[in-house]
Amino acid sequence: MTARPRPLALGAGALLAALALTGCVANAPAGSTAGATTVAVEGNGDACTVSTTSVPSGPVTFTMTNAGTDATEFELLASDGLRIVSEKENIGPGTTASLTVAVPAGDYVTACIPGLVGQGVRAPFTVTDSGTAVEPTGSDAERIDAAAAAYVGYVRDQVGQLVPATQEFLDAYTTGDDARARELYPTTRAFYERIEPVAESFGDLDPKIDFREADVEEGTEWTGWHRIEKDLWQPDAADDGGATYVPLTADERARYAAQLTSDTAELHDAVTADDFTVGIDAISNGAVGLMDEVATGKITGEEEIWSHTDLWDFQANLEGARVAYEGVRDVVVEKDPDLVDDVDARLGSLETLLASYGSLESGFPSYTDLTDADKKSLSDAVNALSEPLSRLTSALVS
Amino acid sequence: MTDERGLSRRGLLGLLGTGVGAGVLGAGVGIGADRAVQAHATGTSGASASYPFAGRHQSGITTAAQDRLHFAAFDVAAGTTRDDLVELLQDWSAAAARLTRGLDVSEAGAVGGSPLAPPDDTGEALGLPAAGLTITIGFGPTLFTAADGTDRFGLADRRPAALVDLPHFSGDQLVDAQSGGDLCVQACSDDPQVAVHAVRNLSRIAFGRASLRWSQLGFGRTSSTTRGQSTPRNLFGFKDGTANVRAEDTAAVAAGVWAAAGDGPGWMTDGSYLVARKIRMTIETWDHASLQEQQTVIGRDKGEGAPLSGGTESTAPDFAATSADGSGPAIAVDSHVALAHPDHHGGATLLRRGYNFVDGNDDLGRLAAGLFFIAYQRDPRTQFVPIQTALARSDRMNEYVKHVGSAIFAVPPGARDGGWVGEGLFA
Repeated sequence: MTARPRPLALGAGALLAALALTGCVANAPAGSTAGATTVAVEGNGDACTVSTTSVPSGPVTFTMTNAGTDATEFELLASDGLRIVSEKENIGPGTTASLTVAVPAGDYVTACIPGLVGQGVRAPFTVTDSGTAVEPTGSDAERIDAAAAAYVGYVRDQVGQLVPATQEFLDAYTTGDDARARELYPTTRAFYERIEPVAESFGDLDPKIDFREADVEEGTEWTGWHRIEKDLWQPDAADDGGATYVPLTADERARYAAQLTSDTAELHDAVTADDFTVGIDAISNGAVGLMDEVATGKITGEEEIWSHTDLWDFQANLEGARVAYEGVRDVVVEKDPDLVDDVDARLGSLETLLASYGSLESGFPSYTDLTDADKKSLSDAVNALSEPLSRLTSALVS
Repeated sequence: MTDERGLSRRGLLGLLGTGVGAGVLGAGVGIGADRAVQAHATGTSGASASYPFAGRHQSGITTAAQDRLHFAAFDVAAGTTRDDLVELLQDWSAAAARLTRGLDVSEAGAVGGSPLAPPDDTGEALGLPAAGLTITIGFGPTLFTAADGTDRFGLADRRPAALVDLPHFSGDQLVDAQSGGDLCVQACSDDPQVAVHAVRNLSRIAFGRASLRWSQLGFGRTSSTTRGQSTPRNLFGFKDGTANVRAEDTAAVAAGVWAAAGDGPGWMTDGSYLVARKIRMTIETWDHASLQEQQTVIGRDKGEGAPLSGGTESTAPDFAATSADGSGPAIAVDSHVALAHPDHHGGATLLRRGYNFVDGNDDLGRLAAGLFFIAYQRDPRTQFVPIQTALARSDRMNEYVKHVGSAIFAVPPGARDGGWVGEGLFA
């Protein structure tokens, strides 16, 4: 976390007026597109059956039947499994809903999210090249609205996965399975780190969830992930200002766990509220904001001072920046193709460089294993990317 | 005198579509009369001085030494192509042409751009004059051949023979992180904020193409490069650079500073070679050396700066003179003055342009002080290398100094009007 996040909303009305944001809109009215390929989806509590896993590019109508007992959600995601291409939220038990979307050729992921939280049931989905190019349609304002809506879906998806993952982590922690908790710590935090600027926009939540010890004002209780981190990677006195670390008792563990559960639930409530929206400037500024998080906290090894899992956070921040960027890329490319070229190249370079250290799935080395030269290379690549990335917002409205 | 190029999209992406280009810069729009006083290439600089960036030679060499320095060495980023490198040098030249006139780095500058975009210029020099700013750009050996032997930019066969890899000198304790570099930028000004502003903005322009390897601030010039300047003192408290090459000594400058046609590759003609050495002074031990010891080490008296053989500061040292008690030479053969003197190096001279530095303190609570030595010359093989070899071997001063940083750069000739520094190298 940083002490001074970038503003998520502009005070001036100029940007909003220029973009004519009107809230979330669906990609296309359901069932209205003639000639669309139809894909039937049936989901229940633990299955998500998709009638075909490959369709030609062009309009596709997904018709989802909820055969389960809880409300569900259908998502079509980009191949990274992060970015929402389109989604249909809150499909009641026993009901059917459809979603029509024009998709270009490529690899995708389908997901049913029974109960509306967690990663749901996911499967790969392929769109083959039909020979007909699928171009972005609609005015800038419409496309920006769609991008903002997709981003809201993405934030909800990430927080929706954060909730059960956090619970699994805390269950291990409170039952004393420290090894398991240490294993889950960095991968669970990834859901949070991907959407960190949004989480920080809820003023009092981020301090409770993600403050580092040094961030806490005297007289304020330190809670959240990093409080637990210190208890899982207990420092030697020499590394902790000479103070002998006193492990938390079982009761204390339970109390901090309950607090984090509650704060995470509050975050989930906030992003799933009907009136939760994300301005397009928050998305474009959020992309570079995430890289600022990397530059100020991760590159220095300050974010995960006891676990040294900074590279996991770095990866998640970078993935979040990629999602935010991809959301607005279609609009920016027409206004400023050179800027897009630069961001594409530099984002790709940084992803490749970071991938040379590992991945969220296979793990990363401890940050203390990196040499100064390694860190400088990463820092240089972050600086290189942040410079063009910081110009996205002005390019969007140019 | 103006550089007519705009910055590339990579240099300042925000400039796209704002029409910065030949017409705008060439017309000199926006130069207030108070901010662009044309100064002479010699004489005393001042707050209102402004030196042209373009010209036969780069500024910042024979230019009257300004009071402040920010020197920066850069490494070209992995994946940067020859075209990217050219674009970077064009961007730097375009920015330098503006900055040296006391202008923001671009037309939109610090406050004239989109409120939704980061400003092109970082802004800390708003309202400040050029303050004699010079920006001098050079190329290190590794630009031509990387440390691993690769020829990244197709320049290996264009490396001047004079751009040698400096040998290890006796006593060198070089720190890699404070040595070397593919590119250098020497920013000198009479206002430290102006010099830092220049390096900061050029670093930012380079992001993604080159990154800062090391940089050094200097706060007091230790040499005079023109007759009009008094001789300053280094942190040993002694006048330094009394016998320096001065801009007015045109014969000496021609013989010892500028690379001449036929010296090496044509692209270096009218350029020069820069050697930088970060010399840490253990001033605590120096400060409790007796005055006599200090003077013997230097070979000059501390108050006047006269050679110990007698006379005044400007008197030539007489190495044959004997001391008052007849026990030996008046100027010790292993004094700094004796070992460095041109008479002992076949007339070889250096145009010195160094600065004092204090980088806070070290872990032992000693001031991290010293001299950031900069010397310009026609050929380091016959100038810096033999002189430093002699000094490193037996200079009495070695007891009080430690060389911790070292770098050498080929400084090409100045940009032509509308051109860019290094254009000849890539032609």
